[in-house]
Amino acid sequence: MMPTSDYDPACLPDLLPLYYRRLFPFSQYYRWLSYGGVSKNYFQNREFSFTLKDDIYVRYQSFTTQNELEKEMQKMVPYKIDIGAVYSHRPSQHNAVKSGTFQALEKELVFDIDMTDYDDVRRCCSAADICSKCWTLMTIAIRILDRALREDFGFHHLLWVYSGRRGVHCWVCDDAARKLSVAARSAVAEYLSLIKGGEETVRKVVLSDPIHPFINHSLSVVERYFCQYAIVEQDILGSKESVDKVLALLPEDILSFPVVLSQYHIKKGGQYFDKEIMLQYCYPRLDVNVSKGVNHLLKSPFSIHPKTGRISVPIDLKELNTFDPFEVPTISLICEELERPRADEAEDDDVKDKENEQEAGERHYKRTSLAKYVKVFDRFLEAMARSRKGEMLQKSDLQKDF
Amino acid sequence: MQFPGRRKKVIGSSQNDLYDHCLQFYGQPPLENISLTEFETFAVERLKLLKSVENIGVSYVKNSEQYVKKLDAEFSSLNFPLRTELGDRRVQGGTSEYEKRRKDHISHFILRLAYCQTEDLRRWFIQQEMDLFRYRFGELTSKHKTDFLHKNNLKYETVSAEEKKSLKDKLITSSYGLSGITVEEYDFYKVPFQDALDLVRTRKVYLLAGNAYIPHHEIVTIVLNDFRTRLSKALAMTARSLPAVQSDERLQPLLSHLSHAYVGQDYSIQKNMGKISLEQIDALSGKSFPLCMRHLHKALRENHHLRHGGRMQYGLFLKGIGLTLDQALQFWRSEFVKGKVDADKFDKAYAYSVRHMFGKEGKRTDYTPYSCMKVILSNPPSQGDYHGCPFRHSDPELLKQKLQNYKVSPSGINQLLPMLAEILELVKGMHYQLACQKYFELTHNVEDAGFSLNHPNQYFTESQKLLGGGLEIKKEVDMSQRSQENPANMTRPSQANSKQAHEEMGDLDSFFQDE
Repeated sequence: MMPTSDYDPACLPDLLPLYYRRLFPFSQYYRWLSYGGVSKNYFQNREFSFTLKDDIYVRYQSFTTQNELEKEMQKMVPYKIDIGAVYSHRPSQHNAVKSGTFQALEKELVFDIDMTDYDDVRRCCSAADICSKCWTLMTIAIRILDRALREDFGFHHLLWVYSGRRGVHCWVCDDAARKLSVAARSAVAEYLSLIKGGEETVRKVVLSDPIHPFINHSLSVVERYFCQYAIVEQDILGSKESVDKVLALLPEDILSFPVVLSQYHIKKGGQYFDKEIMLQYCYPRLDVNVSKGVNHLLKSPFSIHPKTGRISVPIDLKELNTFDPFEVPTISLICEELERPRADEAEDDDVKDKENEQEAGERHYKRTSLAKYVKVFDRFLEAMARSRKGEMLQKSDLQKDF
Repeated sequence: MQFPGRRKKVIGSSQNDLYDHCLQFYGQPPLENISLTEFETFAVERLKLLKSVENIGVSYVKNSEQYVKKLDAEFSSLNFPLRTELGDRRVQGGTSEYEKRRKDHISHFILRLAYCQTEDLRRWFIQQEMDLFRYRFGELTSKHKTDFLHKNNLKYETVSAEEKKSLKDKLITSSYGLSGITVEEYDFYKVPFQDALDLVRTRKVYLLAGNAYIPHHEIVTIVLNDFRTRLSKALAMTARSLPAVQSDERLQPLLSHLSHAYVGQDYSIQKNMGKISLEQIDALSGKSFPLCMRHLHKALRENHHLRHGGRMQYGLFLKGIGLTLDQALQFWRSEFVKGKVDADKFDKAYAYSVRHMFGKEGKRTDYTPYSCMKVILSNPPSQGDYHGCPFRHSDPELLKQKLQNYKVSPSGINQLLPMLAEILELVKGMHYQLACQKYFELTHNVEDAGFSLNHPNQYFTESQKLLGGGLEIKKEVDMSQRSQENPANMTRPSQANSKQAHEEMGDLDSFFQDE
């Protein structure tokens, strides 16, 4: 259950304008989506979609400058913001383009992990609800996918974002990732998928020899969390019903000899039932369709979730174990914080901030709980900038430009 | 390609370089002149070869020993290149290796002309050419494989011995059938993962820092990907220049005949329209429907509803067995109305889609019933769907139960279990169509189905034949008749040289009549 005592969706029409005027980190956002200005018109050809008041949905929004982006968002006051692909032409002019030539060219490789996809293995919540007991599933998902995307696929610039309600998103922003074809995206997503089957399938994970290194890596993450998560928090052995569910994953004849489930080492004839069970309960469930499409639209970081009021904030992987979705600031919280100075601000910061406030158009998120999340985003952008610089130096060295 | 005349021009040994490897990517079209006779013969023989590739591929596990043996035999009898060495050894009274390679080259390009026109034709052609290529590449020695890669500019970086050593355990567990020794001895190639998508997708390869570590014997998959991409592009380009070729009246009949011969029975021409009554459907579903359609029918009866994927697959099948549009509308309406849909809503929403299936709405395409390939490969079912191929898409345990529940044979309970086991083995090995054929044998109590299954309506037709059905099913095999009915066919008054073409086409007819 999520406490939403301080957030009331009815207040959105009042809070959003304030959010877009003084809190949304436009300059970082623009910096991100410009990717160093290496590709011409990269920002200008990016599609955004907005959901406005009364569920009015508009696609093919595009902007030429950061300033225009700000003005438009402040004017339209979107309830939801999605980011799409970088097209061959400005999306806002797509109707003027000869049919067939307007095409999605590039986009970040994205992943969407949604807690509802785990309903068959969570006992504490279902549907849109989450709690601290099942949040561990997200932690496991992030650890497994982050490792694989970096070590196996060689990607470096990953932005993990809390979706605002019941899941997380990953934006893989490397150059190579943005240029991937549909087939490549789908291949990556399938490589990362171990859970197969819908409601008709009981046993959703099937392992056989040899066990691929990727699976072994993932298993070691799952094993770290399994005891605490599944046995304690989810209490999967706590009722006959849930024990039966576990047993349903084993072949029938295995029940003819005594099984001590807490041992987790049930191996029969080269098969790995213990591993399969752990994976079925904990391994990340991806929606391949989200990752496949180059033109797929995904919720933007720093947008608001209208039902919960939470901001889609970047997640600092260094603090992953202590990340608490219920601590993520809501729009009402940060708007409230804007009105009052924070009691624990150091003297010097206070002075600096007051000075900065004097400057017109200064972002005030620094005085709110949003600040630390923007810092995570800053570090992410810094790393990409360093990387681009490194590449340019390499290139100029090769060309012997000094 | 130029087709100026009938005289055969002999090209000298300057062409030797072109054919110094027994395998090729078909990058360069042939530049010589050939006679019409050769044109026709080459085309027909390659088509026979590709058809064999398809049939053998359905009957035997691809690249197994039997598969290879069968294909070797086909190759020899059809005179396609088999030996890796060119040699001057002329087979007494037969064709030299060189000539076989030349035929291989030219026939491939001729068939491109015939098979570039529609998506379906292209897909089929590419599939068979790829299987053919895979088989031939697999038969090469290691040295010849490397030669081929070099000749075709496929520079894949080999992994150094030290790196292999440090990654040994990972490499062993990432590919089936590798041991410490093989890792040491065999070459591994480092390829950017984007070039090895099929292996990445199925997790059959080790990935590190964006590179896939491919064992030598898997390099064929990479090469195949390349082959497919090139061929696909080439076919698209060929399609664009096709009108010029089609205007040549000597070639047009042959080319169109070739491509129709492939399609064979697509069950779009309903010769049995109106011969089935709605009351018969329940009984027929148990006796003569393949499992997928039986499953769909049952789900429709039970839930009084089917989702889009199911309606398409089942609805088109029913059209193929002979339901008229009116019957179809009656059938679907009566079922849906028993469920949550009232007659009004049915007429508004669902009737349109039924008429659409019969080509009476929208762009008025008369949709053809789905073949097995289409059912197996496209649009996998998800929660709440009943379409797809049960041998492919159902859980093996559920499939087993289902098969046991459909009381298939009064005499065969003892027979039943091993046959079921066989079916499940075939499913595991991914021979869904063979599994369905076995299901046919099981339910009809025959040892051998007697046909190679690739279409649900074919299953129905064969079943009705066997049961001596109440329907007269005319076999649509008279190819030359069909090509005359085809409006796209611009047949000209016969000329002296087209008599020969007719004889060749007659030959082709009899070949396909055996299907």
